[in-house]
Amino acid sequence: MPLDPSFIGRTYPPTPPYEVGREKIREFAVAIGDANPAYTDPEAAKALGYPDVIAPPTFPFLITYQASAQVVEDPELGLDFSRVVHGDQKFAYTRPVRAGDRLAVTVTIDSIKSMAGNDVLSVRGEVHDQSGEHVVTALMMLVARGADEAGE
Amino acid sequence: MAISFDEVAVGTELPAQSFPVTRATLVRYAGASGDFNPIHWNEKFALEVGLPDVIAHGMFTMAEAVRVVTDWVGDPGAVVEYGVRFTKPVPVPNDGVGAVIEVTGKVAALLDDRRVRVDLVATSGGQKVLGMSRAVVQLS
Repeated sequence: MPLDPSFIGRTYPPTPPYEVGREKIREFAVAIGDANPAYTDPEAAKALGYPDVIAPPTFPFLITYQASAQVVEDPELGLDFSRVVHGDQKFAYTRPVRAGDRLAVTVTIDSIKSMAGNDVLSVRGEVHDQSGEHVVTALMMLVARGADEAGE
Repeated sequence: MAISFDEVAVGTELPAQSFPVTRATLVRYAGASGDFNPIHWNEKFALEVGLPDVIAHGMFTMAEAVRVVTDWVGDPGAVVEYGVRFTKPVPVPNDGVGAVIEVTGKVAALLDDRRVRVDLVATSGGQKVLGMSRAVVQLS
């Protein structure tokens, strides 16, 4: 059954703040094999003009994806997550995420489209820091494959 | 280390890179990212849902591809926009070798405020794995 288009434009309450720690950034940088010192060495980050170590460009997805669980698991929307694939992902940064940030995400359903029997859901996460300043916007497109394509 | 806007032109190539990915890489990425979807570590599950093998996290491939940009520009915070489309999965066989993600990039457009758009091409096993892979980068 197609997703209910009346959910387009729905905004969920901001998530409780996620506190970004130096060691979490280090763990993530190691996991992607990226030795850029701006991720692990506060002095290297300061030399680039940042108050503390910064996170790699895709790090905010950890936080925005967690926040999008509100949509994915919204019983009223009724998305079958076992049929969902990640179609595309975009980030628009005001500044890089950095250690010490306390980040809240406000999630909005930008669009719901039905294409070739699939539901295409665009979810926007606006990430703000503890001062209320914008840090990054994450745009995620999810594709829920039609039931007839999903096997039995 | 910083790249000046005046040094680049449309067509300027960024140094290409190859990123190996093994099952161990995926387990580590699952832990660091919190994405424990079994298609990224459980072969039986992956085959049952119709995949050719365990596949890499799309977000892992996205993270690797932009390293061509961040290693070129030096300051990762110079990336002001970054987006990809996940077009093909990266199968990662359990053969001790795994897969390799090959990434090239070139300057595709000169923008206002000394910014450029870099278009990236990511392939694995000869297949293009990302589409519309683009970053907007602030140069000095």
